Amino acid sequence: METKKLSRVDYIFKPETNCIDTLKKVMTMEKEEFILELIDSGLKGRGGAGFLTGLKWKLAAEAAGDVKYVICNADEGEPGTFKDREILDRVPYKVLCGMALCGYIVGAREGFIYLRAEYRFLVPKLRKAIADLNVEFLKIGLTFSIDIRFGSGAYVCGEETALIESMEGKRGEPRNKPPYPVTEGYLGKPTVVNNVETFVNCVIIAGIGHQEYKKFGTDNSRGFKLFSVSGDCSKEGVYELELGMSLQDFVDEFGDGDTKAVQVGGASGFCVPRKKFPDTIIGFEGIPTGGSMKIFNSSRSMYNVLHNYLEFFEEESCGQCSPCRVGCQQLLKGIVAVKRREKSSPYLDELMKLAETMKVASKCGLGQSVGNAFVSIIENFREEIVY
Amino acid sequence: MSNSEILVKELADKYGRNRESLMPILQDVIEVRRYVTDEVLVSVAKELDLSAAEVFGTASFYSFIDTKEVGKYVIRLCKTIVCDMKGKDAIIGALESTLRIKVGQTTPDKKFTLFTTNCLGWCHKGPAMLINDEVYTELTPGKAIEIIENYMHK
Ligand SMILES: Cc1cc2nc3c(=O)[nH]c(=O)nc-3n(C[C@H](O)[C@H](O)[C@H](O)COP(=O)(O)O)c2cc1C
Ligand code: SF4
Repeated sequence: METKKLSRVDYIFKPETNCIDTLKKVMTMEKEEFILELIDSGLKGRGGAGFLTGLKWKLAAEAAGDVKYVICNADEGEPGTFKDREILDRVPYKVLCGMALCGYIVGAREGFIYLRAEYRFLVPKLRKAIADLNVEFLKIGLTFSIDIRFGSGAYVCGEETALIESMEGKRGEPRNKPPYPVTEGYLGKPTVVNNVETFVNCVIIAGIGHQEYKKFGTDNSRGFKLFSVSGDCSKEGVYELELGMSLQDFVDEFGDGDTKAVQVGGASGFCVPRKKFPDTIIGFEGIPTGGSMKIFNSSRSMYNVLHNYLEFFEEESCGQCSPCRVGCQQLLKGIVAVKRREKSSPYLDELMKLAETMKVASKCGLGQSVGNAFVSIIENFREEIVY
Repeated sequence: MSNSEILVKELADKYGRNRESLMPILQDVIEVRRYVTDEVLVSVAKELDLSAAEVFGTASFYSFIDTKEVGKYVIRLCKTIVCDMKGKDAIIGALESTLRIKVGQTTPDKKFTLFTTNCLGWCHKGPAMLINDEVYTELTPGKAIEIIENYMHK
C-alpha cells in the first residue's frame, strides 16, 4: 500500500489573492472539461463521508431543472473538529468562490452557508465577504448570490438531508436516501451539499490543475487535508498535512510522548491503541477522518471517553428510528451497569452485538457510526471498561 | 396586538411567510428574547399558516431554541471529552457557586441561565463556553468568575 511521510503543506490558508481570477479562468473552459479535471484530481469530500466531489458535481450538473442550489455545510458538530471554523475565519473568500464555482458548473444561481449557531461570531466577517463578492461576481458576469442560514444546536443537522429539512423549516430528521440531494434536495430541487474544506479544495484544483494536485496524497486519498488536533498533545491546533501518513508518524509529531490511544474521526470515528499506530494509515485506505484527531495519554480512562461519546450520541440522536434511539440509550446504560458490577463482563459482548446491529439497521450515518467508537474502544480497552 | 404578535409579524414581513422562513423567524426571536413563549409559537403558526403543533414540534427539536424561560445571558459550557479532560468540572463548580444555581437553572433575577452543551469546536483551547453568541476559551475557574462578574455589571 502506498503511504506518505508526514509533511506539512500550505494551500488552504494561503492568502486568498486570486480567487476571482481562478473563477474567470474556469468560465473560459467547457463545464464538462472542469468536471473531468475535478474527477481526475481524485478529490473526495472533506466532511467525513468521502464521496468523489467531481462525480457529485457531475450528477448535479446533469440533473434536470433550471432551479438548483449549492449548500456549504458549515455545521461542524463532530466532537474534536474545528477546522471549518478556522477556514471561515481566515479565508472566507475562498469558500465563497468555491461555492460560486460550483454554482457556475452545475447551473445554480443561489447558494447558502449552513452555519452552526455556535459560530455566530463569524457572521459580520462572512456578511462582509459575501457583500464584496456579490459585486465581484456581477463584474465578471457570474449570476450567483450567497446567503447564510443557521443551525440551532443539533449535531444531526450536519447530515446533509437533515440539514435540508432544517433549512426547510422542519425538525432535523434525516431523509431516506435515495433520492440523493443532487437530484432532490432543498425544496425538492437538485442541490450540491459540500463541506467547507471541500469547496476550498475545488478552488485550489481550479488554480493549480489536477496534475499538480495529484502529486499529493495516495491513490485512494488524493491531496492534503486539515487536521484538528487536540487532547494530550504537544501542540494543539489546526494543521494542513498531506494525506496517507501512518498514525505513528502523526503521534511522533503531535503526541506528548505518552500517547495511549488516538480517536480518529471524532465520536463517530475509531479508537486506535498504541500497538496499532504503525499499521494504521490516515486516509481512505485506512481510517478516514473529517479531521478530528484526539490524543489520549496513559492518564486517561477510556471508560470516561466512551461514556462521554455515548452521552453525546444519546442526546444528539434525532430519535426517528428505533435502532439508534433505543440503541444509544442501551449502550450507555449497559457500560454503566458493567462498571457498577450490576452486569458481568460478558454482557459487553451482547452490547457489541447491539452496536453491530445499529451499524446495519440505523437510518442515517449517526446511528450507523455509534458502533465505530463503541466496538473499537471495547475491543482494545475492555479491562478499562470492566474494572 | 401584543408585543409578541408585533415582533412575529415584523419578522414574517422580513423573511416571508413560507415554511423556509420558520427557522430564521424563531432564531431571530431567540436573538431578541432568548426564548420562545407559547404565545410566540402560536403567532408564528398564524403568520405562516401552520398548525401550532407543527411549529412547536420544530422548535422543540433544536437545543438552542429554548421553549422554557431562560435568563438574559445564556451560558453554555462545553462538556465534550477534551473540554472535560481540561477541567470543565472545575469551571462548572466556579459558575455554580458564583451564580448560586445548578446547571439547568436560571438565577432569580432572570439574568443568567447555566447549561452544558456538546462540542463547541474549541477543543484546542478548552475549556470553552458561550454566553449568548460570545465565545470564551482557555477558561480557568478564576477567569470564568471574572467574565461572569463583568456580565453582572452589564
Ligand atoms: C450525523 C452526521 C453529521 C454530519 N456532520 C457534518 C458536518 O458537520 N459537516 C459536513 O461537512 N458534513 C457532515 N456530515 C456529512 C454530510 O452528510 C455530507 O456527507 C457532507 O456534507 C458532504 O460534503 P463533502 O462530500 O464535501 O464531505 C455529517 C454526517 C452525519 C451522518
Ligand atoms: S440513525 Fe439516529 S439520528 Fe439517524 S435517523 Fe435514525 S434516530 Fe435519527
